[in-house]
This record gives sequence, C-alpha cells and structure tokens, in this order.
Amino acid sequence: MFDKVIETVAFKLIKLAVTELPRDVERALQQAYKEEESETGRTQLKAILENVELAKKYKIPMCQDTGIIIFYIKAGSKFKDLHKIEEALRDATIKATKEIPLRPNAVNPFTRKNTGNNTGRYIPFLNWEIVQGNGLELTVMPKGGGSENVSVLGMINPSQGIEGLKKFVIDSVIAAGAKPCPPIILGVAVGGGADIAIKLAKAALLKPLDQLNTDPKLAKLEKEIFNLVNSTGIGPMGLGGKTTALAVKLEFAHRHPASYPVAVVFQCWAARRASAHISANGEVEYLSHRVI
Amino acid sequence: MAVYRLKTPISEEEIRKLTVNDIIYINGALVTARDAAHKRALEFHRKGKKLPLNLEGLAIFHCGPIVKKIRDEWILVAAGPTTSARMDLYEADFIKNFKARVIVGKGGMGGKTTEGMKKTGAVYGAFTGGAAVLAARAVKKVKKVYWLDLGMPEALWILEVENFGPVIVAIDSYGKNLFEDNQKKVMKNLKTL
Ligand code: SF4
Repeated sequence: MFDKVIETVAFKLIKLAVTELPRDVERALQQAYKEEESETGRTQLKAILENVELAKKYKIPMCQDTGIIIFYIKAGSKFKDLHKIEEALRDATIKATKEIPLRPNAVNPFTRKNTGNNTGRYIPFLNWEIVQGNGLELTVMPKGGGSENVSVLGMINPSQGIEGLKKFVIDSVIAAGAKPCPPIILGVAVGGGADIAIKLAKAALLKPLDQLNTDPKLAKLEKEIFNLVNSTGIGPMGLGGKTTALAVKLEFAHRHPASYPVAVVFQCWAARRASAHISANGEVEYLSHRVI
Repeated sequence: MAVYRLKTPISEEEIRKLTVNDIIYINGALVTARDAAHKRALEFHRKGKKLPLNLEGLAIFHCGPIVKKIRDEWILVAAGPTTSARMDLYEADFIKNFKARVIVGKGGMGGKTTEGMKKTGAVYGAFTGGAAVLAARAVKKVKKVYWLDLGMPEALWILEVENFGPVIVAIDSYGKNLFEDNQKKVMKNLKTL
C-alpha cells in the first residue's frame, strides 16, 4: 500500500528539486549577489537569480541538464514496504521524465543508446541507510554533468596531511575553472578509501549550506578552504569575481595509515535536492522546500 | 561596461564598437549550432555547396535545445548554452566563411578563435551557464529548423529572439579574451594563496 505513496512523493520531490532551489541555496546566491564586487560577476549572479525565479514561477526545470537521478534513502528498520521502495523510485523517475519533462540522460556507455526515461543499469542510483523507527526519509539529488565531469579523487601522500588536502582542493578548483558553472558548492571528503571518499564527498552536498559543521575544527577548515577558493578570482561563470564557491562541506572517514584519499565533488549553482519524510501512518512532511 | 542592443543582421562596424565586459542583448535571428552543424557547414563550404540559409550578420548559439512539436508548431522548452570549447576546432573558419558576427556559448574559447574574431570582425559572448529558462523566455518563436537529420540537439534551429541576454562580450574583435585574462589572474593569485 505504501508503494503508491512513495512513488507520488518521489515524483513530487524530483519536480521540486528541478524547478525550485532549496531555500538555503537561494539565500546563499542572494547573499553572494549582494557581496560580489565584480560588475561582470554580478551580471551572472543576477541572471542566475532571475532564472531561478522564472523556473519556480512557471514550474519548469531551472537548467536544461536535469542530471542523473540519485536517491538517498533513510529507511526505518520497521518500515513496512522496504522491498517495494526501489521499484516505486524507478516508476517515479520514469513518470517525472515524461511529465515534467526531464532531459533523458541515461545512456549505455558501450552502445550509446539512451533509454529515454532516465532509468537504466544502477540508474537511478539508490544510497541506502537503515535507521531506527518505522518511517522513511527520501532525498533526491538530480546531478548535472558539467559539475560531475570535474569531480576528482586524489590519493595524496599521508605525510602531506591537511596542507596536501588544501592544495589538492584548490588545484582541482582551478583546473575546473568555468566548467562546473560557478558559483559552486564543494563536497570534500577524506579517508576511508577511493570509493568511500567519493561517496562521502557527494553526500556532503546534501548538508544545508547555512549549517556549520558540528565539529569546530572541521568548521574552521571548511571556512579556510572556502576563503582560499574564493580568493582564486575565478568568479561567477569563470568571468572573474570573488564568488567562486557558495560553500565547502567537509566529511571524513578513518583512513588506512598508508592512504590519504581526498575526494572533491563539485556541485554547480543549480544545486538541486529535495527531501521528505513519510511516517508509518502515511503522513508526508517535506523537509527542504515549503510545500503548499 | 556598456550595454548594447543589437539587431540582426549585425554589421562589422557594430562589432568593432564592442569590447570585453560589454553587455549585449540580441534581437532578431539566433541560430543554434553545435559540433556536428559546424562540421557540416564547413564541408558544404569546401564542396562549394550553399548553406540552407545566409548566416551573414546573424548570431550563433552553442546550444542543444529541447524542442517539442505541438501540432505543426515547434515549441522551445529549454535552451541553455553548451560548452563552447568543443567548437574551437571550427569557429575561426566558420566565421571567416559565413560572416556570422556574434557567437554565444559558455566557458570561453581559445586562441585560434580569438585570432579569427580579430581578423573577421566577430565577438564571442558568454551566456550564463544553466540559465535555460532565461534563455527560453527570450525566444519568441522557432522560425525554422534545418539539418534535423543530425538529431534535435545538433540541428540548426532558427530562433526569433527579443532581448536575448545578458550576453557578456568575452572575446572582442581586438584580440582581448576575458576568460584567458581571468585565468592568468587566477594563476597569479594562486601564487599568493
Ligand atoms: S553545470 Fe549545472 S548549471 Fe551548468 S549546465 Fe550543467 S547542470 Fe546546468
């Protein structure tokens, strides 16, 4: 009985995500517009804000690249229809592709064939977490290609430590330049292993921009990297200015003594995400967006 | 940082007035063209074949639009700029042969295109990456489409636009390249970080 609710909520989340920025991201863009000193940079931030406004008003995707659909699922261990979630999310993706519409972005890497409906092998991708309780929290992140293409993993020398980490992030940002449509949000993760670091860095992009890291040391390092990135002068769309990043989000896992994996996942200004919580009684609460 | 409203066909004289950081708004005909269309157009030229339309003085948009056919009419759904660097291979010859005067895209173009623009009298303009709704709102009508056999994103879509912009002049006809200059500044800043 829950599969219909899940499908309906997931469809709505995809639609919310692609047409309306989360409030924290919009606020960060407005703040950047206020503070940007480069005239050319300001024109870009203004165009983005206008574009965001229009997308919200007319309920159409804010960017033509509606991305690859990724879900993050926090399922209560006592949630009833666990085995039905995957199918419901695929169905929601197919429906969203047709009705919103989304750009069909799921292509077979070998045959180049586009499935036409944004589903395919492992796509939409599902990240699972089992938590206590009987509810379900769903988050969707439609991830665009331009920013994904410059995301990188580095295995730096552990003896370089935090200095090496900072250098790696800045070098990646400079190499990316205008490509990820700055202003960007950076998800940075250290430790674990190659796959773990990349996964954590991407999940770090889900954190609200205005929320400080709970670890004061990490909050300080985030701020430091943020300032470094914004002193590069890349600016909005690479045209110059002090707004290169809207935020830097750090995450970590413990590491092997011999490895120091650093992952940098880029998110463009079109930072699309939306979350909702479904209670055991079928009640739905939208978490990232105000839904009337 | 002056603001210009240009109407196609745009003359070389109008182009020579523009310098980097100027803002332009385009009125008239904007033609989408990506890699495949650039390549085919140059092949046509080599073989002495005529293009399906005269591009002189028009604006070219690096864009693979989403277009829907409703009854007999094409409706533009989304039209954000695509990465221009991919067209670097063709652009200098393209503007030399067809005299398109404004090239719009995102992310900037390289030295060969900059040199070509200086010689022929053309500019490259940056349209805000991802701002597909803003772009689509300026399109009043899809006038025609050619080369649809290349696929929807690669075809030549002739769009009638009104105040299409803001487009930032990022390469002018005097060899100034805003993206490259900024990149140099960034490298300089890097040393002090
Ligand atoms: S990088 Fe982001 S804003 Fe730019 S085109 Fe891709 S999805 Fe759109």
